[in-house]
Amino acid sequence: MSSELDSVLGKRWKKPPLIRRTWLRRSLSIGFVIYLILAIATIEVNWLRVYEGLDRGLLFILAFASPDFISRSSDIWTGMVESLVMTVGASVVGIAISIPIGLGAARNIAPLPVYLVCRGIVAISRALQEIIVAILLVAIFGFGPLAGFLTLSFATIGFLSKLLAEDIESMDRVQAEAIRASGSSWLQWINYGVQPQVMPRLIGLSLYRVDINFRESAILGLVGAGGIGATLNTAFDRYEYDTAAAILILIIVIVMSLEYISGMIRAKVQ
Amino acid sequence: MLRLEKLSKTYKTGDQALTAIDLNIPEGQVMALIGPSGAGKSTLIRCINRLVEPTGGHVWLKNRDLTRLSAGGLRRERRRMGMIFQEYALIERLTVMENVLSGRLGYVGFWRSFLRRYPQDDVDSAFRLLDRVGLLEMADKRADELSGGQRQRVGICRALIQDPDLLLVDEPTASLDPKTSRQIMRLICELCAERQLAAIINIHDVALAQMFVQRVVGLRHGNIEFDGPPESLTPKVLTIIYGEEDWERTIQRIGADEAADE
Repeated sequence: MSSELDSVLGKRWKKPPLIRRTWLRRSLSIGFVIYLILAIATIEVNWLRVYEGLDRGLLFILAFASPDFISRSSDIWTGMVESLVMTVGASVVGIAISIPIGLGAARNIAPLPVYLVCRGIVAISRALQEIIVAILLVAIFGFGPLAGFLTLSFATIGFLSKLLAEDIESMDRVQAEAIRASGSSWLQWINYGVQPQVMPRLIGLSLYRVDINFRESAILGLVGAGGIGATLNTAFDRYEYDTAAAILILIIVIVMSLEYISGMIRAKVQ
Repeated sequence: MLRLEKLSKTYKTGDQALTAIDLNIPEGQVMALIGPSGAGKSTLIRCINRLVEPTGGHVWLKNRDLTRLSAGGLRRERRRMGMIFQEYALIERLTVMENVLSGRLGYVGFWRSFLRRYPQDDVDSAFRLLDRVGLLEMADKRADELSGGQRQRVGICRALIQDPDLLLVDEPTASLDPKTSRQIMRLICELCAERQLAAIINIHDVALAQMFVQRVVGLRHGNIEFDGPPESLTPKVLTIIYGEEDWERTIQRIGADEAADE
């Protein structure tokens, strides 16, 4: 038996720590605790205000027990239809634009200049928050669902292109190589070597994006970009919590059914 | 038919994978390329169809210099070289038939291939090939439903439907069991004989190579260390290619195996 082996036999074995240096590890833990204490200490809570607000909160929650779908039914209907139209339109347009940009943003299939341009587009789209884009577009196109539709299309591009590009970058290179070796053209190569590999993820992401777009469409109304959000905002402004509750319930039901449908579809395409 | 002239490849990292390889393969010859991992076997066959760009030298296929071709010219020449891969490299999510027909991509236009409306001749020859390798009833199965040996057969069909002059075969048996390995090697060699195809087969299993091929080339550190018939692979030669080991057993077993096969 070697002396090296002798020296370790009978000793306990422990997983090596993530941070090797003991002093660094300790000071990081201590620093974290100090930060946490200081951070909590800076939160200012006006407990009196909270006490008064509890009543209003309760009212809001109670409204869910008696949602009012009737008195504003035509407003709710119009808002919902607008939101759904915005969602579907923006998803279709956004996904259609995302696919070529996603191909361009994948380093393993796009030449460097194309890659940089496409990544730039993705970065801009992701850097600008939906609400900010919506405010800008409302300023340009005026109040209404057109601004919302454009906002959501724009946001879809950033989201989908990036994730599609990342999926392409992690695809099996050899499968694509085999197609190239047969003398295929570039488009054929994409169609046979790349597309089948990324299709399940593309479908999954697209469905997820439809879901997000619908939820966002409910928010965009707050800045005047149309959809159910506008109706919701009005209901809150008028303290009509029962109507607001009805709208929120509808949104929840639609999001849940979208989730259910997308789950079913994703299971099918595996 | 295929002639490599001072073919060399240095990767960007500075690794010299091939150093001035000269090699001549006549029509219809099946050649095994052996050597340790990292010797440059994969690089060598990928430099021939330029999946890896060689950094120096020439590749002549029937008097055409492949290293000087434009993108379009290269695509046309790639049709003449079928390739078979280690992990089969089938498109897992496509059907067996689509995988086989993808070998015709170099011959058909984009819309035909996109809509999967291949010329009847191509469809017929795909069915003929699948029948030849015993997978006719699998045509509409998805590639990932097949076993390893079956997948490699589909890979062979995909290479052959290109109607190539040359097969580039990269470790065809590396992920197969011993029996399937032999069947696949036998199939490749039979098909090459039927169609008068030349082939370069990268292979780890020296004994398996000796059983089936007419010529063995040994590669080490990007240099050809041995070139001769399989019988002249002696322990001494194997030591030069792979390094010190007890090679007697490897070679003896071949003799015994062949006797048992008869």
